[in-house]
Amino acid sequence: MKAYFGRRYMLSASHRLHTPALTLEQNRLAYGKCNNEHGHGHNYFVEVLVGGAVDTETGMVVDLVALDETVRTRVLDRFDHANLNLDPLFADRVPTTENFCKTIFGLLRGALPAGELEHVRVEETENNFFECSARG
Amino acid sequence: MILLTRRATFSASHYYWNESWSAEKNERVFRRCANRNGHGHNYTLEVTVAGEPDPVTGFVVDLKWLKGVMEREVLAAYDHKHLNLDAPEFKHAIPTTENIAIATWKRLEPVVTAAGGARLSRIRVYETPEIFAEYRGPHEQVSVRGVKDRGEA
Repeated sequence: MKAYFGRRYMLSASHRLHTPALTLEQNRLAYGKCNNEHGHGHNYFVEVLVGGAVDTETGMVVDLVALDETVRTRVLDRFDHANLNLDPLFADRVPTTENFCKTIFGLLRGALPAGELEHVRVEETENNFFECSARG
Repeated sequence: MILLTRRATFSASHYYWNESWSAEKNERVFRRCANRNGHGHNYTLEVTVAGEPDPVTGFVVDLKWLKGVMEREVLAAYDHKHLNLDAPEFKHAIPTTENIAIATWKRLEPVVTAAGGARLSRIRVYETPEIFAEYRGPHEQVSVRGVKDRGEA
């Protein structure tokens, strides 16, 4: 029996949307206030959805405490209260929430204690969110 | 195709316990959830149906009808109940959030299908705002390379 287990986490981080591939003026046009020179920050909500068989002994797809530990060590410890632009994973990529979502997906895929990563959803504000799924 | 979701809440108590395990193993695996005196949650249930809008009414399903179905088939059985003791499906199955999502599907699917309009697409059950489980029906099989399929037909 396949089901999905979902868990939401919060992390606070700063970023600046800016690419050296564009001029200063082009960056301002492309990113607007997100291009502010000294950056800005968000409380990001990260939703992790794990798909898999419901274990017949425990009734669980994945153990919540083990999942929390994986997300904490691979994602929260790395990005919470950090500047995303300074992380090596964003050395060559703009830390848009699209790229942040793909990065988190890559850090968790293959590292889960059980099941398969179905999707990662990152909410940057209450009004915008991004999803990255195993289906591409 | 349109997906339409209706939300409802219910409050229930439960505990996690596998009768075939020792007390020590239950307490090790399920930790606080193994407390035999139980604990409770305010659950949020999301029921998603899929279909085309009716050419006359513009409805995929009548939301008032869906609300009634959810109240009769699910909330009457789970709201202000002890899931382990009051719901027959959890007499032998552990009322984890995953199993509640599956049991809710089984309660709703025959009624939604019999109505002939839309089909049941997804059940999502939030145990807390941060923890939820989802079930998309028995057609979804678990496929893990090298592992025999454990899904049900």
